Amino acid sequence: MAGKPKLYYFDGRGKMESIRWLLAAAGVEFEEESLETREQYEKLLQGGSLMFQQVPMVEIDGMKMVQTRAILSYVAAKYNLYGKDLKERALIDMYVGGTDDLMGFILMFPFLSAEDKEKQRAVVVQKAISRYFPAYEKVLKDHGQDFLVGNNFSWADVHLLEAILMVEEKKSDVLSGFPQLQAFKARISSIPTIKKFLEPGSQRKPVPDDKYVETVRRVLHMYYDIKAN
Amino acid sequence: MSGKPKLHYFNGRGRMESIRWLLAAAGVEVCLYGSLLFQQVPMVEIDGMKMVQSRAIGNYIAMKYNLYGKDLKERALIDMYVEAVIDLNELLMTHILQPADKKEQHFATIVDKATNRYFPVYEKVLKDHGQDFLVGNQFSRADVQLLETLLMAEECKPDILAKFPLLQSFKARISNIPTIKKFLQPGSQRKPPLQEKDLPKVMKIFH
Repeated sequence: MAGKPKLYYFDGRGKMESIRWLLAAAGVEFEEESLETREQYEKLLQGGSLMFQQVPMVEIDGMKMVQTRAILSYVAAKYNLYGKDLKERALIDMYVGGTDDLMGFILMFPFLSAEDKEKQRAVVVQKAISRYFPAYEKVLKDHGQDFLVGNNFSWADVHLLEAILMVEEKKSDVLSGFPQLQAFKARISSIPTIKKFLEPGSQRKPVPDDKYVETVRRVLHMYYDIKAN
Repeated sequence: MSGKPKLHYFNGRGRMESIRWLLAAAGVEVCLYGSLLFQQVPMVEIDGMKMVQSRAIGNYIAMKYNLYGKDLKERALIDMYVEAVIDLNELLMTHILQPADKKEQHFATIVDKATNRYFPVYEKVLKDHGQDFLVGNQFSRADVQLLETLLMAEECKPDILAKFPLLQSFKARISNIPTIKKFLQPGSQRKPPLQEKDLPKVMKIFH
């Protein structure tokens, strides 16, 4: 019997957030186990649940899946959010790769010193405005369709919306030069499953704070300093 | 010359190397361009597309040439194995970028992660099913990418596979596949490891 997918991670965004978004977008209910203590993590390790000793880990369809990208690809394919053929898949993969890179600049944010945070904020905004947003703006402008790929809602749309919102948290008017992206944002946000996910009380996680950082460090024994890339 | 995939990159391994391996494994001839034209590399011109993002390119080639398993679950396994290999590759490739005072520590990290986190997993996979290939008893991109990484790890530390007999026989077996064997011979499109002397040039390109 296939139960709901179960997510194993910290109580925070990190690498699991994109997976929460995608499952939510697909209308899939899921459960979560939050890692609070080192002991919980060690129990998972000893039980052989973490293939490469890492989280995210998602129990889904009888598998204990690890590796964020593998999990996302599986969910996308399973719930028909991965295009209709190889070429659409290629486009989706490219677009998701870009938003992944962009969100990657934000991933280690909470772990940075106050000074590095300011520097990194500028880097994120600069990359968003000069490299990533223009690319997606052009895609939307060129085909004039509602969705990024194949005139159909896909993983690429979900991922881009997630990225847009994350960058806006760093600079609220970052979309000001991007009318297509503004319309895209409004449009995708009003898709029922997405709209629900954006409401309070959903499984979407808030901006990571010091408590999140403490938890990660404690559970993973990750006490070294993180430098911005 | 049109019709063959065209690779745009600098003349070295980096993120393009896994793609060269995959194309070679699938027996696909490529046209080398070697120059940096766009803001992002790797870029591969293939089937009328200008593809960027190494994962996207790898996924496309793997699907097109039937190196991606027969169903969703096999793909999931392949993806898990390949993603982990990508992580280990990242460690191996960034070794040369380490400042002198961090190199020894980084080397220790590489050896630790390779021998305690990654290799034991693949050794166990092979042991548990006893088959020649990692997934579905069939040659797939997971085998190609793992071989690439094993060889790169050995370049770092020649006896790094000492405790992994099944990985050693895997290495020999996959190296013998005709397309792979050809790729491993001198004169193929396989790139050598980055030398210290080439570092300034590469850093200039990427920064």
